[in-house]
Amino acid sequence: MSDYNFAYLDEDTKRMIRRAILKGIAVPGYQVPFASREMPMPYGWGTGGVQVTAATLVPEDVLKVIDQGADDTTNAVSIRKFFQKTAAVAVTERTREATVIQTRHRVPEMPLTQDQILVYQVPIPEPMRFLEPRETETRRIHALADYGLMQVRLYEDIARHGEIATSYAYPVEVAGRYVMDPSPIPKFDNPKLDDCPAIQLFGAGREQRIYALPPFTRVRSLDFDDHPFVASKADHACAICGSTTSYLDEVITDDAGGRMFVCSDTDYCAEMAEGGA
Amino acid sequence: MYVAVKGGERAIDAAHDWLGRAHRGPAEQAPLDTAQIRDQMALAVARVMAEGSLYDPDLAALAIKQARGDLIEAIFLIRAYRTTLPRLGASAAVDTGAMRVKRRVSATFKDIPGGQVLGPTFDYTHRLLDFRLMADGELPATPPATGDGAALHAPHVLGFLNRDGLIEDTPDDGKEPGDLTREPMELPADRALRLQALARGDEGFLLGLAYSTQRGYARNHAFVGELRIGAVSVEMEIPELGFAIELGEVEVTECETVNQFKGSRTEPAQFTRGYGLTFGQTERKALSMALVDRALRWDELGEDDQGAPAQDQEFVLSHCDNIQATGFLEHIKLPHYVDFQAELELVRRLRAGAEDEA
Repeated sequence: MSDYNFAYLDEDTKRMIRRAILKGIAVPGYQVPFASREMPMPYGWGTGGVQVTAATLVPEDVLKVIDQGADDTTNAVSIRKFFQKTAAVAVTERTREATVIQTRHRVPEMPLTQDQILVYQVPIPEPMRFLEPRETETRRIHALADYGLMQVRLYEDIARHGEIATSYAYPVEVAGRYVMDPSPIPKFDNPKLDDCPAIQLFGAGREQRIYALPPFTRVRSLDFDDHPFVASKADHACAICGSTTSYLDEVITDDAGGRMFVCSDTDYCAEMAEGGA
Repeated sequence: MYVAVKGGERAIDAAHDWLGRAHRGPAEQAPLDTAQIRDQMALAVARVMAEGSLYDPDLAALAIKQARGDLIEAIFLIRAYRTTLPRLGASAAVDTGAMRVKRRVSATFKDIPGGQVLGPTFDYTHRLLDFRLMADGELPATPPATGDGAALHAPHVLGFLNRDGLIEDTPDDGKEPGDLTREPMELPADRALRLQALARGDEGFLLGLAYSTQRGYARNHAFVGELRIGAVSVEMEIPELGFAIELGEVEVTECETVNQFKGSRTEPAQFTRGYGLTFGQTERKALSMALVDRALRWDELGEDDQGAPAQDQEFVLSHCDNIQATGFLEHIKLPHYVDFQAELELVRRLRAGAEDEA
């Protein structure tokens, strides 16, 4: 018998979170308020994702946790250990073996399947937040689908810089209705959200919001006809596996500013290096 | 093969081992006893209980010890523990009028029924370091206390003003107050919910906001009608019994301010109220809370929105919780390689575009 309820949260809390998740799935892209709990890790360190994962996990699940695409980044290690301790579920670093994947800032390179749930950690769920700081006002904007402010901002970027100067947390329109923050993933990952077979859940603990994308939902990155969305990445090949299609981290290798580029998704890189996939 | 991120797990374990050693300090020193913290660092304990929203001096002392004296970290430990506790029910409203007061002052009346009681206060002390505390470890014995609070008849001072209709009446509207720890906060929030948020809000943040009102950012000129500290009994209605039974006592600080009010379109000239109530002896916090509470009431009193931070409930309520604030602030220490990489690409591309044009 463990000292904790399965996956830490008590069953009433999990039920409350599951209701929010179901509502989120029923209204894709809509931010559902939920009574986020204080978790034993700090707000801003994945408490939303952790609560969603805790409410989602069953004992048969195989959990993978990544941060910046990697299983071995410090916070991913910490969250994985938390669930090993409180839920005793099997864990893996293999994307294809996982049934639940909690992520911060990346979508795995390996295509996801209908048997998987991807849980995103979200710092600021409101895509309009930096245009309008007031929650009372942004809720009105969503209710009326009054997204002109966002279009104007994107247009101003083009007028000033010649392109939309947003490289991550790039706003998307979900199922033709809600504008949604895809969490701070690089915009390179945005196309993976569209028509994805897996369930995608987004948890923002501090901001007390959950939202969701049911499988095979249309997710369109905002753009203009004459300035179409482009998923960009560093124009290099991975120095380890040679992949030219995966998202790359830039690694500084010496004092003279020498650098190399490697896959941010460590599992994908390892599989490619083994000649798999 | 070079992989930048490998080794995270070992690094975390090593860091936590180091923390364990640093935590204990030199082995030749006696370890701190949590009872010593509870009794000799009582004001730190009070703050941790107030902002941790959990009245338990022993656990607060443990949290302070475990947090190496970092009070926000201690508050975090208490909050994370508190959230796991079952809710058996809600107590009846505490009667602060029946408080066993150990301190009670009014700045509005020279003499009040029940009297002014200074109690254990830093007020009027000269802030000179007392080197005897360092040399001998303790002060010469003081005369024994005559009691830690008398059950004196001390009705609320603001009640006297109320009799004459000079101060706004605040009748119980009978509404069940919300609970922001169980339901997501919805804005605009009513006064009960605002007070709950302020009661667990960061002392420093509320102090700064309260101070800003004094300096003219939505000035509401507060008099301390009454500040009282002491023990109140907590009672709970037991449905099976049909009456309330006493569960125990908690120490609280209560502050009621009397604020100038010249009247508005909807209200005649009369004094208005600000209210602060916090666990433990947390005087600065209760005063700050009362001033901020009053500033947030501009709308219901028909006052002008001066655009001051302390009047903006969305601003105040969204940012007063130090556990939310510190978590989000400190999360920027986490890796952001991926986003930064995306920004690098963007800046390089924009610069390349600018060079082409030049």
